[in-house]
Amino acid sequence: MKNRLQELFAEKQQEGLLSVYFTAGYPNLNDTESIILELEKNGVDLIEVGMPFSDPLADGPTIQQSSEVAIRNGMTIPLLFEQLRNIREKTQIPLVLMGYLNPVMQYGVERFCQKCKEVGIDGIILPDLPLADYVREFKSIFEENNLSKVFLITPQTPEQRIREIDSHTNGFVYMVSSASTTGSTNGKAVANTDYFQRVAQMGIQNPAMIGFGIHNRDTFVQACNHARGAIIGSAFIKALGQERSLQQNIQSFIHSLRN
Amino acid sequence: MNYIVDDNGFYGKFGGAYVPEMLYPNVEELRQNYLKIIYKPEFQKELQALLKDYVGRPTPLYFAKRLSERYNTKIYLKREDLNHTGAHKINNTMGQILLAKRLGKKRIIAETGAGQHGVATATVCALMGLECIVYMGEVDIERQAPNVARMKMLGASVVPATSGSKTLKDATNEAIRDWINNPEDTYYIIGSVVGPHPYPDMVARFQAVISEEMMAQLQEQTGRDYPDYVVACVGGGSNAAGAFYHYLDRPEVKLVAVEAAGLGIESGESAATSVLGKEGIIHGSRTLLMQTEDGQVVEPYSISAGLDYPGVGPLHAHLHQSGRAVFESITDDEALKAVLELTRLEGIIPALESAHALAALDRIGAKPEDVVVVNLSGRGDKDLATYLKRFHFDEE
Repeated sequence: MKNRLQELFAEKQQEGLLSVYFTAGYPNLNDTESIILELEKNGVDLIEVGMPFSDPLADGPTIQQSSEVAIRNGMTIPLLFEQLRNIREKTQIPLVLMGYLNPVMQYGVERFCQKCKEVGIDGIILPDLPLADYVREFKSIFEENNLSKVFLITPQTPEQRIREIDSHTNGFVYMVSSASTTGSTNGKAVANTDYFQRVAQMGIQNPAMIGFGIHNRDTFVQACNHARGAIIGSAFIKALGQERSLQQNIQSFIHSLRN
Repeated sequence: MNYIVDDNGFYGKFGGAYVPEMLYPNVEELRQNYLKIIYKPEFQKELQALLKDYVGRPTPLYFAKRLSERYNTKIYLKREDLNHTGAHKINNTMGQILLAKRLGKKRIIAETGAGQHGVATATVCALMGLECIVYMGEVDIERQAPNVARMKMLGASVVPATSGSKTLKDATNEAIRDWINNPEDTYYIIGSVVGPHPYPDMVARFQAVISEEMMAQLQEQTGRDYPDYVVACVGGGSNAAGAFYHYLDRPEVKLVAVEAAGLGIESGESAATSVLGKEGIIHGSRTLLMQTEDGQVVEPYSISAGLDYPGVGPLHAHLHQSGRAVFESITDDEALKAVLELTRLEGIIPALESAHALAALDRIGAKPEDVVVVNLSGRGDKDLATYLKRFHFDEE
């Protein structure tokens, strides 16, 4: 049976899918459900819910700070599952959990995957879980719980390794746009068209989404020219920090990307 | 039991390379090449010549007579404090800078706690004419001002790490982020036996010169190439790894690793990872680390910036769990007492880090005929401001 993430890519053939990342517990501890429902209402195609970690190595200042605030607010993995307990009564949008390995390890990988299935999570992104460890220890657990494991590739990832990653992925391939932590706005994000084309021509089995440094309509549209869609994180978190209501902040940010 | 890293980069169940894909090519490049490059005769020839003529090796093994009388055993000090730049750190930076050059890297980054590794990195970069950027926690920049000045004088940029506890852990995070942003021209010189494989093994191999020399010096001075005890302080654990290295598979040598208890194990202000830590992932390595129940890394505390780290290298996690090494923890006050004791008994002002090892001398249970080597990892010049304040010499 396909999960919602796989259904999205299989059914919705149009390009320009928009995935939005936010850090659970930011700006306020109990915003998780409101943010998910508001994003769906505004036409976002899939949502990455960030599990905050004290030492997010792949993240720039914006997600570092939102993680710090979220942890201070009291966000934990058990609490996040509690907040998501009834989410599938309210929305069928594909949901992916993203975070770092250590908190998931402490919770217990198997227990984590079972809980994900229980509340209706479709995929997991753990950037510091090595591919080899995943294949050896965890792949069967993810598959038993119908969870897609999404891996990252970068401009420096050799072709053979991209193929290996593709063969162990069953959701989408997360193309990191350029050599960078998250949240950079230096324009390098969509400059590396050689890399985008090289991957596009490889004919990998999974759809690709481009993320890191996608922060406005211009970079979103350009990224979408080279992949099935793009992922926005830091720019959305900045928008959440604006003064107006959560609903207004979300509405005006998504509107600025798509219209 | 084998204490050398296995083919997958593990010591028992500790180690590995838990890095995001952005760092995979860099770490993989190192993994495939480090042994091939560092054991080439021409590499060893260049390294050995620099260690001898530039660093000042071999460092003396000094029989500390008055300290021995005080503890009623035979205490030898391995004088790593007499290295150029004042600590053992340069053994590793000299090795890694030669490796970086052979890999064609142009830009060197490093993290530093006490500033000793930063100074040792800035020094070899000046020597080789390479650009050097050192990440250092804002708190450490303040408490180790002389080393900040030395790094700047040597031409390095010192970048403050302002996140988290603003100490060594955060400086390491920032260095890793720099590497993610500059994957092609940049080489990251990690200063301890931490980080993703192959760093812990590579740094241990470069520091192993310490125990290699100890064997020859003990043979000459005591007629036996091994001591009964080797005592060394552990933050990440590079000086301990070097002092233990050639004795790891010799059970007749008792290994004592000394951590910083800060204000006390139970105080909530401590860096004693072996007591307070549990298994997890920090800085790309599976090891013991201080963390909350939810897996968030806990901010450590020690008066000693070099030991103020919430994790421990995977080799040490393995030595702890297998029982091969005994772990002790020493408070700030006990370390300070040991500073003054060594200074007044032997005329040697030790670094705060090394003083933790000295402070464990009355705990190890050495008999009068036992030979004890304490690795005196660094000198105390960088800590003078703390010493003046804590010993009230500034009021005289």
